[in-house]
Amino acid sequence: MSEIVPQVPRARDGRAPDVFHVGGWVPMREYADDDEVDFAIIGTGAGGGTLACRLSEAGFSVVALDVGPYWRPLEDFASDEHEQFKLYWRDERIVDGTDALQLGRNNSGQSVGGSMVHFAMVSLRFRPEWFKARSQLGYGHDWPVDWREMWRYYGEVEEALKIAGPVRYPWGPHRPRYPYRAHELNAAARVLARGSEALGIKWAPTPLATLSAPRGDAHPCVYRGFCIAGCSTNAKQSALTTWIPRALAAGAEIRDLAMVGRIELGNSGRVTGLHYHREGRWRFQRARHVVVAGYSIETPRLLLNSACPRFPDGLANSSGLVGHNLMAHSNQGVYGVMEDEIRWYKGPPSLAITEHWNYTDEGKDFHGGYSYMSQGPLPVEWVGTMTGNRGLWGEALQREMQKYIHQAGLKIVGETQARDENRVRLADEKDRFGLPVAHVTFSYGDNDHRLIAHAKRFMRDSLAAAGARDIWAEESETAHLMGTCRMGDDPSTSVTNADGRSWDIPNLWICDGSLFPTSGGVNPSLTIQALACRAADRIKLLAKRGEL
Amino acid sequence: MTERFPGYDVLAKRDTPSWNDASRRVIDHRLALEDEPRFLTQDEWRLLVALCDRIVPQPPHRPRIPVAVLIDRKLQQDQGDGYRQASMPPLRQAWRQGLHALNEEARLRFGGNFVELAPGQQDALLELLARDQVRSEAWQGLGAKSFFKGRALHDIGSSYYAFPESWNQIGFGGPASPRGYVRMDFNRRDPWEAVESKHV
Repeated sequence: MSEIVPQVPRARDGRAPDVFHVGGWVPMREYADDDEVDFAIIGTGAGGGTLACRLSEAGFSVVALDVGPYWRPLEDFASDEHEQFKLYWRDERIVDGTDALQLGRNNSGQSVGGSMVHFAMVSLRFRPEWFKARSQLGYGHDWPVDWREMWRYYGEVEEALKIAGPVRYPWGPHRPRYPYRAHELNAAARVLARGSEALGIKWAPTPLATLSAPRGDAHPCVYRGFCIAGCSTNAKQSALTTWIPRALAAGAEIRDLAMVGRIELGNSGRVTGLHYHREGRWRFQRARHVVVAGYSIETPRLLLNSACPRFPDGLANSSGLVGHNLMAHSNQGVYGVMEDEIRWYKGPPSLAITEHWNYTDEGKDFHGGYSYMSQGPLPVEWVGTMTGNRGLWGEALQREMQKYIHQAGLKIVGETQARDENRVRLADEKDRFGLPVAHVTFSYGDNDHRLIAHAKRFMRDSLAAAGARDIWAEESETAHLMGTCRMGDDPSTSVTNADGRSWDIPNLWICDGSLFPTSGGVNPSLTIQALACRAADRIKLLAKRGEL
Repeated sequence: MTERFPGYDVLAKRDTPSWNDASRRVIDHRLALEDEPRFLTQDEWRLLVALCDRIVPQPPHRPRIPVAVLIDRKLQQDQGDGYRQASMPPLRQAWRQGLHALNEEARLRFGGNFVELAPGQQDALLELLARDQVRSEAWQGLGAKSFFKGRALHDIGSSYYAFPESWNQIGFGGPASPRGYVRMDFNRRDPWEAVESKHV
């Protein structure tokens, strides 16, 4: 249905699109398939894009491949929900489970820059204790990294993306002020603030990866509200507009419209490169190291699709955990009608947040935490909620839609527990490249249900206290993906070590949200980028020591 | 019903800074689609149009939104959503079978084709689908409720609210690039936004 989609690769012939100028180009170094590059990275989102930047800046030779197109937002992005479906992963995947995932808008992109191109820009740090959830909070798994180290990398990422946020953040240990000032609130955010104050809990302007002041060739956010349909003015700070331009300047090559089908294992027990499809044919890129950064579905899919005689169950899978423990955030919204005009289509959708229930453990009958944020769905998303969650149709549907500019809402990003039965495996069905597609199973567990019920009660109270009427809550919504290739300290219970290096194959790495042992109650992109920065520094150190 | 946003027309902003070239190109193309099937047969098409009229009834005295055309073109291009319930057939098959089964159910229950039923009968039939209380065997391998909620409501709702006329009806601003918005607080409105009637 899309009108504006590049059909042939743009990054080639020594140049790549300049995302900041209509029709513009920047020089790009290129490698031949026969060049054994230091790192071939699969995926260019929060994990792969960040790592490509940091590794190329450290002097490594890098080729990063992505199956998605290389957009120039200024000329390619319309202010239109339907057109911008082109940013989502729309190749077929099979879903089931009692809470089968709806893939796309909330969790899955197909672009150079990955799903960051359509993310809601919410950039939050994990609560420190979550990195030791098992030993300090009694659930889930410990991460093999220390929270203080992660918090240092959070600082680096917040600076790299010029996160706009408050001077003082009300939860957790001290953190420096955000690089750019917080955005002003829209009415939808003020409803959250009003409800929080009535209930006696803290709230804050949400730390967001969209500019509140100019930066280089990018203008400040103009509050157009189409953030999850892609930012056509480049205020959004995504991998496409931050890490990847830096990577190109440092000598990395980006290959758009390049689908990786299989990673090749050599006789030595190390991988030798990858098979990828571009411009109508299969090719093979040699590499000293291969990094998989395709996110929680495509990463395990590729590892499973790369099964070979030596690893018949898929690469890096001696633990049997590849594809297991898929997590999504619970993402139920509570909505109501205000007497005031809200016009929630203006501004970024989640301008205000409370992390109260991430940092408060008293009074919970469940493990984990949740944040919740103000909402601003555009009409196509909103009607999907009306039909999908409430089952409305006919006159009843049209009557509800008429209240659009008076609606306000709150939505959780709720922690879910890692459960073995939630998983990604291969289906019999094949995609347009002839590769088996992913079969994704997801169901909430008992703890997840208790968390969701608590959140819905609390958000109903908050909306009512803010003056909303006709309040109702969504049933089965999810956002984000995490897990399927858990990192850890023990090769029998994890897929990689803290650096994302697979236990089974020393030159095969993973760098994306699939590494998460637990999901936390915050959007994952900041943590994925922090892990990528950390991995890059670790790789530099290992190279110096001769341990690569 | 009194119009909530009298005189508001998103398209009046087409040549203002609210619309960039990409938005103009995309919306122009959508509005120029011929309201005729390219994928569905004429019978299927009439059935789909009748179904759309019940799912998203259109207000009288407003320009008609060609809801069905976006679904036909989605089928023509076989453009899926990127995920599919394991229990559901692929997009084209689901729509073809669903439309056929809807008509079979209509004949079984009311002795006539769906398009010939009175609106009240059509609604009664759709209620049965929503509750999975169907008798026709034509639903096998698809499921009435799955089709109704997962395909029909999903695709029809999404198509209706893809048209500027629907944005006029609910007071949505429509395209907003490069000019976005300035006034974001309670009860604040930029001059290029819809004015809500106080008489609704």
